[in-house]
Amino acid sequence: MSKPIDDAKLSKQNVTIEHEEAGSILSPLKALQFFMRKPVTVPLEPRPAADNYRGFHLNDHEKCIGCSSCQKVCDNAAITMVKVPHLPEDPINGVRNLRPAIDYGRCCWCALCVDICPTSAISLSREYVHTCTQEEIDSYFILPDETGIHGEYYGEGWQKTNDSDLLDLNRQPMAELEAEERIDNFNEIVAGYTDQQAVIEASRCVQCGMCHDACPTHMDAPEYIRSIWQGNLEDAVRWIYQSNPFSHVCGRVCTHRCEDACSIGRRGEPVSIRWLKRYAMDSVDHERIKQIAAEGKADYLSGKQIAIIGAGPAGLTTAYDLVRKGHQVTVFEARKEAGGMPRYGIPEYRLPYDMLDQDIDVITSMGVKIQTGIQVGKDITMAQLEADYDAVVLAIGLHLGRSTRVPGADHKQVRKAIDLLRRTTDDEAYEIPQKAVVIGGGNVAMDIARTLARQQQQQFGQVQVTVTALEEMSNFLADPVEIKECREEGIEIYDARGPQACIIKNNKLIGLKTWKVRSIFDEQGRFAPEYDEQDEQIHAADMVIEAIGQMSDNNLLGDDLTEALEWQRGRLSIDGQGRTSVDWLWAAGDCVNGPDVVHAIADGHRVAASIDEWLNQQ
Amino acid sequence: MRPENYEAQRQPPSNEYELNFGPNHPGIEGNYALKVKLHGDIVLEAKADGGYLHRGFEKLMEQRLWIQNIALVPRICVPDPSPMELCYSMAVEELCGLKVPQRAQWLRVMQLELSRIAAHLFTFGGHAATTGMYSTMYWGVADRDLLLDLFEEFTGGRVYSIYNIPGGVRRELPEGFLQRLTETLDYIESRLPDYDNLFFKNQVFVKRAKGTGVMSREQALEWGVTGPNLRATGLAFDVRRDDPYLVYDQLAFDIPVEESGDAWARTLVRRKELMESIRILRQVVEILPDIHGPIRAPIPNPLAWNVPAGETYTRVESSKGELCYYVVSNGGPKPYRVHVRGPSSMHAVQVLEKMSVGSRIEDIAQTMFSLDACPPEVDR
Repeated sequence: MSKPIDDAKLSKQNVTIEHEEAGSILSPLKALQFFMRKPVTVPLEPRPAADNYRGFHLNDHEKCIGCSSCQKVCDNAAITMVKVPHLPEDPINGVRNLRPAIDYGRCCWCALCVDICPTSAISLSREYVHTCTQEEIDSYFILPDETGIHGEYYGEGWQKTNDSDLLDLNRQPMAELEAEERIDNFNEIVAGYTDQQAVIEASRCVQCGMCHDACPTHMDAPEYIRSIWQGNLEDAVRWIYQSNPFSHVCGRVCTHRCEDACSIGRRGEPVSIRWLKRYAMDSVDHERIKQIAAEGKADYLSGKQIAIIGAGPAGLTTAYDLVRKGHQVTVFEARKEAGGMPRYGIPEYRLPYDMLDQDIDVITSMGVKIQTGIQVGKDITMAQLEADYDAVVLAIGLHLGRSTRVPGADHKQVRKAIDLLRRTTDDEAYEIPQKAVVIGGGNVAMDIARTLARQQQQQFGQVQVTVTALEEMSNFLADPVEIKECREEGIEIYDARGPQACIIKNNKLIGLKTWKVRSIFDEQGRFAPEYDEQDEQIHAADMVIEAIGQMSDNNLLGDDLTEALEWQRGRLSIDGQGRTSVDWLWAAGDCVNGPDVVHAIADGHRVAASIDEWLNQQ
Repeated sequence: MRPENYEAQRQPPSNEYELNFGPNHPGIEGNYALKVKLHGDIVLEAKADGGYLHRGFEKLMEQRLWIQNIALVPRICVPDPSPMELCYSMAVEELCGLKVPQRAQWLRVMQLELSRIAAHLFTFGGHAATTGMYSTMYWGVADRDLLLDLFEEFTGGRVYSIYNIPGGVRRELPEGFLQRLTETLDYIESRLPDYDNLFFKNQVFVKRAKGTGVMSREQALEWGVTGPNLRATGLAFDVRRDDPYLVYDQLAFDIPVEESGDAWARTLVRRKELMESIRILRQVVEILPDIHGPIRAPIPNPLAWNVPAGETYTRVESSKGELCYYVVSNGGPKPYRVHVRGPSSMHAVQVLEKMSVGSRIEDIAQTMFSLDACPPEVDR
């Protein structure tokens, strides 16, 4: 491949020395011609270093998130992360107030810290002189900022480039069903990682632990990702069960705050923490998972009885934690099956219910008793529970849909999303509309829209579902993936449309009238939508579905208890541990903290710890 | 307690004495020592004594992630650090099956040959100084600095360039770099006649070097001598040509040889190699602009990088001789074992010990410098 080169051109003065030639005693004297030449060491001033120079560090404190990747890659343990109190600490967004301080007695200026930095905050400067007296010997340990180590900016030296970047910024692609493959059925869309994909994806993690801090239940994600990378999947499950007994569920439908905080996500795609959890859970045999979950369970009984109302994630997590501590727990569930909102709110194409069953099976195998079909307040009263049990936990979720209360919203063809989703799970027949309009821009709105689309496709062979939401597309509450998939499935989405009336002719619903939204909140940030009345649209519909939020059904408490309890804006008032103002009653999950499965799990842990502590003090 | 069970303490003859040559001696290269036994000025016995310098590089490498070692290995040979990076990177690449992009291979050749020239200039300076010719040393160091300026410009570091990384190199060339490289090469080449006048043709040097530290080809092979020292005994063996790595098989260069096997021959081989390196670099300048593409193969996140289990032996031709790395991975995040065969570990121990015997004490320094022994390679 080398092109011929004219060899003669290459060497301009091809000097060869022969033995015989060497010998003139005068030849060294020829060096005298340089006698008057200026020495090369003049001038003596410091000269500017090259553009690429690896000098002392620079660190943009605004950009740096304190992930400590630089510390981990440092060859010489020259970097110590130190707390800088005036900087913000924001675990939800993956920011710590730690910044790298560098011991220049150890640093070798290799710039690996620069090349690995997930944020590109750290770089090297063109500054290269530092000296001190014996007394100032500590001055070699320095916290660099964006001006360098002496506060005198010498210009940027070695920066991260695409060539030197050591991080893999792209996640492993996830195999998914195409829109035409999934539109007429409820098969799970996401296929899950292969072994090879999972290991590669796990290897992208820099073990910063931002995910752990951001996760409501503080899952040990760095540890289980590490175990997956090492191929030790049982160990991964062991780490997962330290903090989450609903890992099949969370591995599929968690809102993944962890990924929002992931430091790799600063410049690239965050590590697929949720899919990795799912991979670990799917890869280990169910019976083995049960054994792993049972490790560390108390081998004695405390003799204390706890009643939990609601067998959703919050209730069952509380139950799981309490039985592990030797207490006896009975869970009362009003519906036919345990599972709560993951079963009755989340469609099966996102969460196959047999996976949910596996999570519940692990929990019941620990000794949790679940009584389904028991409606507290009707089949058994709160007073009875108070009398029979040492503590009671309310984890009833949000199973009542809210209404827009626009004119016509009381028509029988104006339905609540949560009610239709429950009927779908329970196989209760309802008339599938040919044209459906959904009001709402959250994940529940997407869930019902996509569920109806599938049912329409099955029944009529075509999809006619429209979603209208107050928010503009950029502010949609629903997951962007949901919105994308909705559109792929032929669902039309109209953003910034405010519902004004359900249009009824001859007692028959024919559509929904919407106005363009100008703004949703007033200057004080209160909900006060303003509309452009000129921009009116009629969305034809034979069913309108409201998916604008849910509330809990607190009727089970009874009048006396409702009176005795403290309330805040219609929700039960609880302390930091989830305890209500009545000393035997705790509350957890969506009914007190709003809808989110992983928050419900975190609540469950908190409440269980509080109950255990209280019972131990009795 | 019978006297015949004990070895009698032999008193040395009164005309013999022992001397520590180093570690703190202007005639020794680096922190290194020879314990010599002398009769008058004549060396009767010499024992190499390392251990004053760096210790345990190989062990340290077992404690570091695969990527971290790229910053450690250059320190094994200060005057010629680039082959260390390359040889280690080649070993990791071989274990991982990484394919180094063409452009990276050309950039690596450029770095290696620049490093060779810098190392040779440094050695000439040191060698001249051992015969009292300090001007050559000043020139050598000052001209080497021009090469270090180039290193600073394209690798970010003057001495330890840390430019190689398993998979390729870390940086593209700065704008206009090849032009400046050519200018520097022109300058170095124009200086060579001055070096010849001052040093290579200098009668003081020639008289001292000829016939000093002689070894035959058979001895050289037996003692594990490689590189310019071997070629000075008339055997044209060069890893670059005989077991080509990178793109050396696409480059035109000669293997200079000398026959006499003495300090003079060894120095002359290096002097000629300088020309060959310049010749190679001029070819690189010519060809490199036409080689496009990436400069690094993708590697995994270095914090989670398990190199597949296996072992490999890589070798390159450094300015001192044949540099080899034997790297064993047990599939973990750190090397299981790394062995460095620094060419100087032969040259500065068995060769120097044997060649010193019978020479005059003032020739020890010259012998060592003519072998271009680098003590950290012994003491690795």
